[in-house]
This record gives sequence, C-alpha cells and structure tokens, in this order.
Amino acid sequence: MKPVKIIEGTAVPLDRSDVDTDQIIPSDWLKRVERTGFEKGLFSEWRDDKNFILNDEAYAGARILIAGPNFGTGSSREHAVWAIQQAGFDAVISPRFGPIFKNNATKNGLVPIEIDSQLGKQLISEVGENPDLHFVIDIAQRSVEIPQLGLSIEFELEDSVQERFLKGLDDIGITLNNAEAITNFETNRGQWLPSQNLI
Amino acid sequence: MNGRKVRRPDLTVATEDHNVPTENIDQPIEDEVSFKQIQTLRNNADEFGITNYPMGDPNQGIVHVIGPELGLTQPGMTVVCGDSHTSTHGAFGALAFGIGTSEVEHVLATQTLPQPEQETMSITINGQLPFGSSAKDVVLAVLAEVGTGGGIGAIAEFRGSVVESLSMEGRMTLCNMAIEFGAKAGLIAPDQITYDYLKGRKHSPKGDQWEEAIRFWDELKTDVDAVFDREITLNGDMITPQVTWGTNPGQVIPVSGRVPKPDDFEDPAEQEAAQRALDYMGLTAGTKMSDVAVDTVFIGSCTNSRIEDLRSAAEVIKGKKVAEGVRTLVVPGSRKVKEIAEQEGLHEIFLESGFDWREPGCSMCLAMNPDKLTVGERSASTSNRNFEGRQGRGGRTHLVSPRVAAASAIAGYFATPEEL
Repeated sequence: MKPVKIIEGTAVPLDRSDVDTDQIIPSDWLKRVERTGFEKGLFSEWRDDKNFILNDEAYAGARILIAGPNFGTGSSREHAVWAIQQAGFDAVISPRFGPIFKNNATKNGLVPIEIDSQLGKQLISEVGENPDLHFVIDIAQRSVEIPQLGLSIEFELEDSVQERFLKGLDDIGITLNNAEAITNFETNRGQWLPSQNLI
Repeated sequence: MNGRKVRRPDLTVATEDHNVPTENIDQPIEDEVSFKQIQTLRNNADEFGITNYPMGDPNQGIVHVIGPELGLTQPGMTVVCGDSHTSTHGAFGALAFGIGTSEVEHVLATQTLPQPEQETMSITINGQLPFGSSAKDVVLAVLAEVGTGGGIGAIAEFRGSVVESLSMEGRMTLCNMAIEFGAKAGLIAPDQITYDYLKGRKHSPKGDQWEEAIRFWDELKTDVDAVFDREITLNGDMITPQVTWGTNPGQVIPVSGRVPKPDDFEDPAEQEAAQRALDYMGLTAGTKMSDVAVDTVFIGSCTNSRIEDLRSAAEVIKGKKVAEGVRTLVVPGSRKVKEIAEQEGLHEIFLESGFDWREPGCSMCLAMNPDKLTVGERSASTSNRNFEGRQGRGGRTHLVSPRVAAASAIAGYFATPEEL
C-alpha cells in the first residue's frame, strides 16, 4: 500500500442511503481474476441513466465521494473498493459504512471518513450546488477542511489504521513480526479441533 | 501471496459455490470468465496444498452449508471466509465473520487477523413463534425493527426462548442475516441442540475428545446478568410470515400486509429511499402483497437451502401444482443435502409439482451463474438480499421463508401455506 497523507480535490455528492456493494460493483464483475479494470463496473447499473451524478461533467475528476448513510453494506467483495479507487477516488465520506467495506477500504488506502449525518446532508447539498468546492483531507490531523465554506471537520480513525495510511505499511509484514506469539498460540490449540491432516 | 506460503493449509478449506452452474455440471463451464476463475481456484488449491471440493464432489456445496455439515464449524472457533455470510457459522457459538481479499491474504499468510474491539448487541426473541413462522421470519422481523445499519459496529448475540427452541438449521438462518443489519457477526450460545447436530460428523471430536470438547463448549455462555452496549427485544408470539417489499433487507412487512407509502416514514432520507424502491420494484403503495404476482420462485442460498428448508417447502407443495407461468428452482445447498432430500423422496414432490431440481451452488441468490432474473422479473426468493439487480439486472427480489416461497409458487401470488 502506498502512503496516504493528504488528499486534495473536489467531491461528488451521491445523495442516496444504503448504497450496497452490489450497486457499487455488480456481481458479474466478481468472476474476473484480474485486479484492475473495475472502474468500468463502478455503479454500472446506475450509469446508464444519463442524469446519474457520476455522469455529470461538472464533477469529472473528483477525488472524494460523499454518500448517504449505510454506504458499502452487503457483500464483502473488495472489488467495490478497487472500483472506487480505479475510478479516481481516494476517500469516501458517509455517516455510516458497512463494516466489511470499511475494513477493505483501509487495506487499500481508500480513506473512509465517518461524519455526523446532519453534516453529511449539508455537504451533499453544498457540493450539489457548487461542484468546485475544494476539500483538503489531512490524515495526520484526522481532519477535512473546506476553506470556501469555512468548515473544518474532525473525523475518527483508529491509531493503527492512521499509522498504516501515513507510512503505507504492509499489514502482513507487521503481523509476521509477531511470528513467535502465533506459534505459541498454535501449540495450545485444542486437540479436538478440526484439521485436514487428521482425515 | 508475494512469495509467501499458506501458513496452515490443514486449517483451510475451499469449495466451488458462487459461480458454478446448477445444470449439466458434467460439462465444462460455458461462461469463459467463470471457467477461468474455477481453474484458477483449482490450480491455487493444488499449489498451496489446500483441500478443495470441486463441482460434483460428494462434499461440494455452499461454504456456509458444508462447513457445519462436515463438522468443521465448532463452538469457540474463529471462522473467517471471503464472504459476508460467514456470520452463519455463529449459530454454533463460533466467532465468524466475512472478510475481503486483503484480509483473506492476511489469514492465509499468518493464520491471524488483527481486529479492533467491537460493541456488543443482544437480540432477545421471547415467547413462542406462531405456527407457520420460521427463523427467516424472525430475522426479517429483526431487520424491520433495526434497519440495515442497526448492528453496525457490534457483534450480535441472539437469545431468548424462540432462539433456544430453533434447530441448528434455523439458528444458521438467523445468524446468516446478521450481516444484513450490519453486525460484524451473529452468535448463539451452544447447547444440547448444537451438540446433537455435531455428534458423529466427519470432523467432530471423537471418543474422549468429544467429552473434553463438551466441557469447553459448556463454558461458552453469556452470563445471565451480562450488560450489552445495545439491547433489543422482540415478542416472538407476534412474528407472522414476513416479506421484503423494497430494495434493502430492512424494508420488510408481513405477507398479510400492504406495500407502505413513502409518507409512512418519518425520516426524509427514508421517504426518498422508499420512493426509489417502489419505482424500482414496480409497486404501488397500498397494494396488498397477496395481490402481487410472482414470476419466479427460488428456494436455495446459504440462508435457506438446508434439509429442513427443503422439507418445509416440500410439505407445503405436496400434491399441488405450480401456478401456470411461474418459473421455479430448488437448489440444495450441498450435494449432501441433495442426497438426503432424494433419499426422503423430496425431489419427487418438487418435480411432480413442477419445480426444477438443480445441482448445489449459490445460484440465483447473486446472479453469478446462469440462473438470473431478467429485467422486471419478480421473484419470491429464500435468499438474503433484495438489492437492485442482485438476482439479475433489473430483477425484482422479495425475500421470504421457504414455506412462503413454496406457497407463492402454488398461488402465483405472495401467499402463506394457510391461504392455499
């Protein structure tokens, strides 16, 4: 994972709640074994509608996606995160995320930013009126700044996740530093527990 | 895997479920993309020494059906899988949750997964279910109560007299859909029903180890005076057969009810979501569900494809014919379920009524194989998600129990068996 420190740019407002991962990337895309090319599948069912917000030229090049509550619920498909990133987004703002999506996002350097739901509505409406609003997301400060609105929003990010973002750390490498503890744990595994070696 | 090995292939199992066809499985998979994915799985399983159950194998089936069936899921274990419905295994008092690709890689390489602490949630279902209501109706009623976000950030324990009296199949249905209200995992304390289910299964403890395991499992109960971060209680006496009307699994009404109006909701966001759902579902507010015609009935998925589910559906349709023009599929959750069903003659009941009797897999739950809805096609489905396009582009999904699915196939409209 590459380090993520500052994300600067414009945002696109997706004014819907309960955007599940089937909407973000339909299941047909899950049959592929590749890791790239998913941007074409992003919200593909909705993109057929020419009035869909992501088809609006005014929002082209946005790096931040702002959505209603319960974004990324449903299926565990990490392809949802890949599709959003490959379409050029580096952060998603929502009052509440599906738990697996949120986890997947942090593993790939896509920043999930949870904010108060009233504030979420306000941002969606402000960006809806002004596509050029400039956002600055600072991971070290855990803050979102929108100078044109005079807004500075703090958000929560677990310390360990923040550190991984800032340093671009490899999760597996960190865990393997504790190889001894894992081995110790394994020696105490219940004898009755299932194993393919016992059949 | 970046050159790393699988740390514990002996503790890892693979199966072919999401994209396998449910017909002509002795032929090569026609869909080239799916064919390549299955080949890749087989090659990787070979290379890393992982047990895989391929299409046609006696142990093959949906991962959340075969794990418990083989005795691989046991109380007190931690179980993860690259599938959100891994919460199913919590029915055994295991901590089980779905993970994405990166975390799958992490587990394969390290056999561990760093996790933040979660909140606790208790969902107590008191009383006794009325005749004709099932675990599926209970979990849909919970979803109606808490919505799709009600469990986010928590691990939910199901408890109370209704839960205690459910079979393991029913408990699995309950925990399966814990992810639909956003819970990290669902759990049920193991008891004699759990032990009776596990006894004698392929990977269950044997001999002295069985006794040792029981002593450990007996400890896996929440203290009577435990306090949870969130607590909800439902009266099981009041839970009638349920059906979803919208495009998220929190949009639930009784089968005897009417499609709601957007104005019925207080929150403007919910009103808007309701209007969009009505438009997508092609429904008019105020319509009785019993006046809504079904095009397709799907009985299957990791929620409701176990033997008890097939028995309850077969009981409803026995001696009756599927309504004209209704497409029907029964997809057993595993080859073992299929085998038992055929020993009991259930397949004959389904076939005589006019149902298709298919090979095991995830099938029409998620439209990754040829079993799909077409644009505007309406299903009564025993699966777990009614999202837009979930069962095929433009398809309209209504989630129901196996009994309601079976009755709806006969009636041609949403119905309970009692109305036939």
